[in-house]
Amino acid sequence: MSAKFPLELDQVLVQRKGKVLLGPLDLSLKKNGVTIILGPNGSGKTTLLRAMHGIERINGGRITWAQEDPAKHAFVFQSPVVLRRTVAQNLAFPLQLLNVPRAETEAAVAHWLTRIGLSGKSETAATRLSGGERQKLAIARALIRKPDVLFLDEPCANLDGYATREIETILGETAEAGTRLVMATHDMGQARRLADDIVFMLNGKVHETGAAEAVIARPQTEELSAFLKGDIVV
Amino acid sequence: MIDILDGLKAAFWLVISFDAELWEISLRSLRVTLSALIIASLIAIPLGTYLAVQRFRYRRFAISLINALMGLPPVVIGLLVYIALSRSGPFGVLNLLFTPTAMIIAQVIIITPVIASIAHQAMRELWAEYHDLLISLNTTKWQRIVTLIRDGRRNLLTAALAGFGRAIGEVGAIMIVGGNIDHVTRVLTTAIALETGKGDFALALALGFVLIGIAIVVNLAIHTLSRTEREGRW
Repeated sequence: MSAKFPLELDQVLVQRKGKVLLGPLDLSLKKNGVTIILGPNGSGKTTLLRAMHGIERINGGRITWAQEDPAKHAFVFQSPVVLRRTVAQNLAFPLQLLNVPRAETEAAVAHWLTRIGLSGKSETAATRLSGGERQKLAIARALIRKPDVLFLDEPCANLDGYATREIETILGETAEAGTRLVMATHDMGQARRLADDIVFMLNGKVHETGAAEAVIARPQTEELSAFLKGDIVV
Repeated sequence: MIDILDGLKAAFWLVISFDAELWEISLRSLRVTLSALIIASLIAIPLGTYLAVQRFRYRRFAISLINALMGLPPVVIGLLVYIALSRSGPFGVLNLLFTPTAMIIAQVIIITPVIASIAHQAMRELWAEYHDLLISLNTTKWQRIVTLIRDGRRNLLTAALAGFGRAIGEVGAIMIVGGNIDHVTRVLTTAIALETGKGDFALALALGFVLIGIAIVVNLAIHTLSRTEREGRW
C-alpha cells in the first residue's frame, strides 16, 4: 500500500458563486490499485479529483492524507497541457523544478521517451504532437517524478481505440509498479478493464461506492444500474 | 515627389560614402534606444508577468494605470524629466541634463508601460494555458514567472520590438532633455527636426530613410537571431 494512504475526505464541500459543485461528501480511499470515479457530465468527478489533489479550494470539510507531500501527487488533465517546448524538455520540466541533477534528468527523459514511443520525436515541438501523443507525454511527465498517487481526469476522452489501449497499458504497468491511480471517466468499458474499486458520482455527491466487481455486478441504486446499462442519468 | 526622390538619392549617397556625421548620429540613436530598451525590458517584462500571475488587491488598478501610461505624451514626460534633472530639480546634482543618459531616462519612462502592457497581455494568455499544470506541479511563484517568461519569449520579443519602435522614433522628449547638441546628444530624429526647420528637406528625408532602414534592420536581426519563424522546434 502506498505510504500516503489512507486518504480521508470528511464532509468536503466545494461551492462557487453560491452554487454547490461538490458535497458535502465523505470518502475514504484505502486500497492499493486503481480507483475509478464514474458519473455523468457535471456530476463532480473533476472537482473531486482537483480537490483531492489540492488545486481546488474547498469551502468546508477536511481532506486528510496519511502523509502530506504535494510533490508526490501528480495530475493528468482531460485536455493535456503541453509546454511550448520540445517533447524532451516537457519531460525534463518537473525534474528541473526539483533541481534534479542533469545526468539523472537526461536518463529519466530517455527512459520515458522510449516507454511512450516518442524517442524519434524528442526534439519536436510538443504542440505539434497528435492528441494521443500529447496525452502520453502528459502522463509520462506526471510519472517522471515517481509520484505515490496519480490523478487522471478522463485521460482517454476524445482518443481513438489504439491510443486508448496504449495509455491503458502504461496505466496498468504504473499501477502494478505501486503507484496509486485515481481516475475519472464515463467510459464503462475502461472502468471494467482498469478498476479495482469504483466511486459513482451524481449531482456532486458520492452516490455509490465499492469494489469494482461487486459494484458492476450488483449495483445498489437505480441510477448506477441505469448508468451501467448506458442509459442517460441526470 | 521630387523632394522624396532627392531624399532617397541623398540617403543613398550618405550611406555609401560612409558619411562620418551620419554614422555618429545613427550610432548614437542606436546606443540610446537599445540602452533604453534593455533597461525598460528588464523592468517591464517581469512586471507584466507578475501582474498576469499574481492576484492582489489593487491589481486591476495597476493594470489600468499601466495601460493609461502608454498614452502619456512624450513631450510631457520630457518636461518632467527636464525639471527633475535641471539644476534646481531633485536630481540636479547628478548633472545629467543634456546628456545621452537623460535621453535614455526619458525613453525608459516612455516605453516601459508599452512593453509592460503588451507583455502582460501575452503572459495572461499563456498563464491561462499553463495555470493548471504549474499549480499541479506545486511550483513557486518565482518558478511560474520564469517558466512564463521562458516559454513566452517570442511574444515578449514582440513587446520589446514595439518598445523599440516607439523609442527609436521618439523626438519630443529627447529634444527637451537632450537639447539636440551636435556631437553630444544629436540623434536621427532630432537631426530630422533640425534639418526640416532649416528647410533642407532632402537631408531631412535622407535621415528619415536611414532611420526607417535602421528600424527594419534591427527588427529583422532580432527576429533572425531569435529564430521566431522556426516552428518545428522551440
